[in-house]
Order: sequence, then C-alpha cells, then structure tokens
Amino acid sequence: MEEVIIGLEVHVQLNLLKSKLFCQCPTDYHNSEPNTHVCPICLGLPGAMPVINRKAVEAGIAVAMALNAEIQEKTLFYRKNYFYPDLPRGFQISQYDFPLAYGGYVTIETDSGEKKVTLKRIHMEEDPGRLTYPGTIDTARYSLIDYNRSGMPLLEIVTEPVISSPKEARSFLNKLRTILEYLGVFDGSLEGAMRVDANISLKGGARAEVKNISSYKGVEKALSFEITRQKNLLKRGIMVEMETRHFDEARGVTISLRTKEEEQDYRYFPEPDLPPMEPRSLIPDVKDTIPELPDAKRRRFMEEYGISDYFAKVLTSEIRMADYFEKVAKVIDPGLAATWIADILKGELNYRDMEFSEVFEAEKLIQVLKLLAVKKITEKGAVKVIRVMLDEGGDPLKIVRRLDLMVMDLSEVERLCDEVIEENSQAVSDYISGRKEALNYLVGQVMKKSRGKADPGETNRILIRKLKEREKDSS
Amino acid sequence: MFNPISVSEVRERYSQGESCYDVISEFLEKIKDSRLNTFISISENEALAMAEKIDKGKLSGRLKGIPVSIKDAISTRGIRTTCGSKILENYVPPFDAHVIERIKAEGGIIIGKTNMDEFCMGTTTETSYFGPSKNPWDESRVPGGSSGGSAASIAEGSSVLSLGSDTGGSVRCPAAFCGVVGIKPTYGLVSRYGLIPYANSLEQIGPIASNVKDAALLLEIIAGKDYRDSTSVEKTFEFKLMDVSKVRIGIIREMIEKVDEKVQKETWRAINKLEELGMNYEEVSLPMMDYTLAAYYILAMSEASSNLSRYDGVRYGYHIEKEMNWNTYFSKVRAEGFGDEVKRRILLGTYALSAGYYGKYYLKALRVRNLIIQAFNKLFERYDVLLAPTMPTLPFRIGEIQDPLSMYLMDINTVPVNLAGLPAVSVPAGLNNGLPVGLQIIGKPFDENMILNVALKVEEEVWKR
Ligand SMILES: [Zn+2]
Repeated sequence: MEEVIIGLEVHVQLNLLKSKLFCQCPTDYHNSEPNTHVCPICLGLPGAMPVINRKAVEAGIAVAMALNAEIQEKTLFYRKNYFYPDLPRGFQISQYDFPLAYGGYVTIETDSGEKKVTLKRIHMEEDPGRLTYPGTIDTARYSLIDYNRSGMPLLEIVTEPVISSPKEARSFLNKLRTILEYLGVFDGSLEGAMRVDANISLKGGARAEVKNISSYKGVEKALSFEITRQKNLLKRGIMVEMETRHFDEARGVTISLRTKEEEQDYRYFPEPDLPPMEPRSLIPDVKDTIPELPDAKRRRFMEEYGISDYFAKVLTSEIRMADYFEKVAKVIDPGLAATWIADILKGELNYRDMEFSEVFEAEKLIQVLKLLAVKKITEKGAVKVIRVMLDEGGDPLKIVRRLDLMVMDLSEVERLCDEVIEENSQAVSDYISGRKEALNYLVGQVMKKSRGKADPGETNRILIRKLKEREKDSS
Repeated sequence: MFNPISVSEVRERYSQGESCYDVISEFLEKIKDSRLNTFISISENEALAMAEKIDKGKLSGRLKGIPVSIKDAISTRGIRTTCGSKILENYVPPFDAHVIERIKAEGGIIIGKTNMDEFCMGTTTETSYFGPSKNPWDESRVPGGSSGGSAASIAEGSSVLSLGSDTGGSVRCPAAFCGVVGIKPTYGLVSRYGLIPYANSLEQIGPIASNVKDAALLLEIIAGKDYRDSTSVEKTFEFKLMDVSKVRIGIIREMIEKVDEKVQKETWRAINKLEELGMNYEEVSLPMMDYTLAAYYILAMSEASSNLSRYDGVRYGYHIEKEMNWNTYFSKVRAEGFGDEVKRRILLGTYALSAGYYGKYYLKALRVRNLIIQAFNKLFERYDVLLAPTMPTLPFRIGEIQDPLSMYLMDINTVPVNLAGLPAVSVPAGLNNGLPVGLQIIGKPFDENMILNVALKVEEEVWKR
C-alpha cells in the first residue's frame, strides 16, 4: 500500500467565550436572526478599531499549553488581504510571522498503539461572516450575508504532515475536540465550530489541499475520496497536480478550485492598529485555569475507581461524560456505573445519533441503578427505562410504574415456580433425568405466568433449588 | 477674507449677554455665504439644538458654545461623513469618534464637516470629490491639504476651532498656507477611534485654531487614553506657560536649504527675531532626509491599499442598483467611487505589499523609518526643539501642480515627523507677497508643551509684530 501523508489545518471557533475577538459583541449568535450580533468593529465600519479581547488570548494560551506547544515571547497580528463579501474590511486580521505558539502534539490511539501527532503552529484569527445561498450554491441568483459570525475568535491549529490515514485524522480531530471541550472554551456540537483544511499526498506525488471541510465525518470522507482519486491518477501514470480543492459534502467528492499558479497573494503586513503582545507574560495567570486534561483524567479514573483502561478511555473521551460518571460513581458502585454509562447509555446514544449533552440528568441514572442494585427492576427493565427517558424524557420511578417493570416479589415467584413444577411433570422429570435444557423451558413458563415481571436470575435459582429438592425426594 | 476669530472673542460675546443660538446662527450664515468651499456638510439642526440647550443652561464645559468644525474624515454620529469621496457620499456613521465625544462633553458645538482631499490623499483639497477649497488670502490659490477646509474655515472665521488629521502634514500644511496654527500631536496622544484611516501607523487627529492657546485648549480636550484605540497611550496634555528663552533650538538645514527663496527669507527673518529676543540656535543636519519621502509614501500607500479595501458597496456607501456578480460589482463600485489619486495610491500600495516586493519596498521603508527615529533621537539629545519651514513653497495656484510626484514633494518637510511619531506645530511666522509662511516646530515625544510655548513666542513676537 502506498504511503499516505496528511497534514491538517484546523480552524477552531472559541465559541464559549463571551465576546468576539476584537469587539464586545456576544458570541452566542447560533440561534439568532442574521446580523443581530454586530457592531461598527465587526462590520468593519470606517474608523472603528479592533481591540484585542484579552480573554481570547488567554484561551488561546490555555489551548496551546494543553497541546504542549511553546508559547512565544512576542506575538503579532497581521492583515491578510483579499476581497470577499463575507469579509467586511477587505482583509482578515490573522497571524503570520510571530504566531501565538509553535510546536506541540496530541496523543492519539491507532491500530498500532499510541501516536503523537506533532503540531507546527497555533495562531489566532477572526472568523469572517457567513454567506448563505437560496437553493444551492450553483443555482442561486444571489447570496445573503450574515455578519453575526464576523469577528468570532478562531484558533488555527496546524499539524505537521504526519497523519497517515483518514481514520487517524478522525481520531486526531476527536481528541482535539475532547481537549478543547475540557478547557471550557469550545463546544464542538455548534454549527461551524471546527473547520478543516487538509493537505494530502501519496508518496512521490504532489500535494492537494482540500479546503473547508466543516464536519467531523466529512474529514474522513473527503480524505478517503482524495486518496482514491490520487491513487487512480498514479495508477494511470498521471501526475497529481498541486492544487486547491473543495469538498462537496453532499456528494462526498472533492472538486478542483484552483491550481498553484493561481494561488492568491494575501499581501500580509502587520496590523497597525494592534500593538505586539507578550503572551508568555500571561502564562502564570492562565496556568491555574487549566483543568485536568483527558489523559490525566483517564489515568486517575483507573486508579481511583478501579475501572478498566477501556472504560476509562471511553468515559474521558468527553468532558460531559466524565463529569457524569463521577457524579454517578459517588453513589453507585463505580464498576456498575462505568458499564452502564460507557457501554449501555453511550450505545443507546450512538443508536439515536444523540450527543452526550442531550442526556438526562445523572440523578435519574442513579435512581435507575439503585433500583437495579436492590433488584427492584431487572437489567432489561433498566435498559427500558433508559430508552424511554432518552426518547420521551420523564421520571424513572414513574416510568417503572407505568410500564409495570417492578420485579415480582420473591415469595410470589416461589409460588409461581411451584405451580409451574406441578403443571409440567414431563419437563421436571426430563430435568431430573439429566436433560438440563428442560430448565429453560420451566423458567420460560414462570416468566410467562409472571408476564415478565419475575427476575429471570432469581427464577432460575429458585427453580434449581426446588428441582434439586424433588430429585432428593424421588431418590 | 482672512478674518479669524478666537475662543476668547466668542466668550466675550457670551459674557455680553448674546445667546448661543444667535452666535451659532451667525456662524452658520457665514458658512453658507462663504465663497471658499470650506464645508462639505453643515450640521445646522444639530448645532442649533445644542445651542438651545446651552441657552437653557443644560450644557457647560470648557468649549461651551464654541463653534467647532470637523474634517470630514472624522466620524460624527448622524452627520454624514464622506472623507471627501464619492464612495462615501451618503455615508452616515452610527457612532461618534472619540474626539467628537470629548468636544460634545465640553459643550463644543459641531457646526459642520470640512472639505478635504479624498481620503486625506493630497496636499491641496483638489482631490476632493466636492471640489477644491480656496485660500482665504487669495482665492485663486489652494488652502493646502488635506485638512484644507478646516484651516480655511478657521482663517475666514466661519468656525473658531477645527479638527484635522495629519498623516504626512495634513494639519500643518493647510495651517501654514492659511496663516493659522495647526498641531500634529505625538503618535498615541489622541485616540484615532472614529478617524477614517488612511495610514494608521502615521496619523493623528490634530487641532487647528487661529492662535496657539486655542489650539492648545482643543488639544487638552481631545488628548488622553481611549481603550478603543490600542495605540493610544496613558498620557494627557495640559498647556502650561513656560520660559523659553533658554530653549535649545536646532534649525534643520536640509529642510531650509532646498525650499523656495521666499519661504527661506521669511523663515530666517523669524529665526533672527527669536535670536534678537536672546534665544540661541544652531544649524543641524537631519540625515536620511533623502529617503524619508520614499519611505513615507511606501508605508502610507501600503496601509491605504488595505484600509480602502472595505469600500465594496455591499454594506454602506456608493452602490449600484443592478444585478451582477460579486467581482464585477465591487470592481465597478470602486472604479466609479474612487478618484484618480486614490486609485493611484491603492495600486502603488498593493504593488509594494505584493509577494516579491514586500521586502524590497515595505520592509526597507520600515528600516528607513527606524533610522529616522534614531536620527531624531540623536538630535534631541542636544536640542529641545527643531525648527524648519512647514512648507517648501508659498501657497500655489489651484491647478498649478498637475504632476503627482511634484505634489508629493510638497510633503518633504512634514513627513519625517509622522515617520518618527513626533509632535509638531505649524505657526504663522511671516507674510510674503500677501501670503502666509508657516514655521514648523518639532519636539520630543509628548513634549507638546515645549513646542507650543515656542510657538506662542513666535506668534507673539514675530507674527503679531
Ligand atoms: Zn462586534
């Protein structure tokens, strides 16, 4: 198999900060009318001047530290000049020389073990506005511009070309998202939160850049498509051209935008309205705000709760899940809590294509697991309650009552077992004569009589005891 | 036609019991009657409403009732701000510049927006979309630029104080040509918030007035840190009279030798007068003068090419009511909306920033800038102020200079100050053939008080004879 070389440029919106990068407009525009989160600064009105949001710089530093990058002594904003209607000043305030940080890495799991994806640099920039087209981009007669996004703080995180498969790219992005969410500056579920440009080449070929992939799944798709395309070209003896391509998410294909000769000249120069900063001086302030990060939490979970590496990994893959687990594990046996959250709950979520943020409160799961622990409900019943709560919401106890999931009293089960033994002498004698599978039939009969409310384990246990007594009696 | 009015004259009328409404009305009439095309917009309603408030005792402050005109490059909330360009002909800013807030807070009355070269790109107001202003001393001549409307308005007495902006001499040049006082403050002393940018790293808003004390008063009001301009500094300004007899004066040889004879003559006459008063001077050399103009224009045009990218007709300003694709649309808007000089500077600036030329031009210009700063620093080890004629010629005729390069040469004595971020004032120092000559006094950073005290001396002992 040919060697695949992938480098990513990830644009991360610091969408949990209160205000934009250079003005005081709020960042919570995602459910708002267009052009309602704007001011003279982010609309680029003449005479309005950018002012650096210190909180955004601190968030950038926190991210850089969490990614093990080296914060620079001096950092500077530059103007990146190009015309586009979503860019209200005709230039984007970004960074060029003197970025916020160089280096760093993210540890990911691959089929062949742990891998460090090394980073080239991390820099800050502002988001442009957003264009929407009535209908599709090809057929629309006009486009509409929403400047709510204009000036949103972005971090551009650039990896070295060290990623060797679409799957690795995906797990890098997942891990990056996890870390950013741990830092509390980023919500990966919001529209446009993470956008990726990918450089892909096969050994011996030129590299193509695929621009603006805007979903997590899209990255894997775009990369796979691009690799296949390049492989086919090489197979036919055609050189891969150095070019910029666009990913058409709907069709799952990449399309050529421009070749290298047509590359734009951005005429970078230092933004004269923003003096240089010394981000290293902010490190002491930021250091204390950095929470426990995923890898450290994973190790702690294993030690503190005695759960497996697998469970610890799944539970810490999302800060919300990790916090959720810790709440539950305070009251419920951690092993049980881990299984039910990492396996069952997570599985139910995946099945429904739901995010962990949409899960019911931890208190509700605690109630369910408490009922389970004292055998008031069966495992099956517990799963049923969880499903109902995910689909319809509601209170666990009420659901148990409504669906009649409370396990039958043991004396009642004993009585039903006696009845079933009386009524099925053939199966009983089969069992006693050594055909143990007859037990299943008997359990089934009890379950049937109880309309599923008897605990199957208990039923099993009781039946075996009673059958043994019979055996003794008959011998 | 040269009939300037001072702040104290207006205050005198108020103390005689005249109403602010009447005084302001009179100024508004004067603007309307003016033949000099000094104003682009008159804010009559706003000015009279404010005058009424003052008459009712609802407003006070250090500028109470004083009519102030504003260069049309400075944003005024609700009053159209064109920057002398067709592309902003109908643009009404939704916010006030910092300096406007300060003037309003002190009871000053904004009576209108003055004419200027389009986007401050010029030395005469001739590049204004609204036609050139005329020099009050001789209507066939230019008033200087780019803040020409402001200086002419002060000189003709249609306003008492004015704000201009100085990127490469745009306050000092028209002050010199119109026989009034213009200050270019130290970079960072005055917030640029709301000033429509031409070249951000070079420009400052500066006062223009009929006399040094009035200009100083306006500077006191507009100076000071503003968090909205990150390049503004934690400094204020207060004018204090001081003894200047022992001030060490350096005369910049390169700035005097190469200028017009008549200007040289008046400059030396002024210097000799100061000498008679017991002040000492030495002739000094400012190396790098040969490179300053080139460096200045490369930096200014580079920044301008980027600053002016925002005018695409999409959000505000000139637009075309016709369907076309984006590239055609914004190209057409800019082709129709900008004048020739603006286009020339955008093209040159774009060129200077282009890949392959950035190092050759932009970075080289930055190096020259650093050398100029060092050269000035060195001179200021030995001198408190540096003197030179503000302009290399007397005010010339409208239309006289057609060649852009000859026009750029007019800025030769003013641009070094902007490159170095220093304070300077132009004060009238003589008349030749009935035309004023301005003397430029350059100081150390934030030493406005020193240059203004020297300027006051020139005003009292030389200009007022
Ligand atoms: Zn804003």
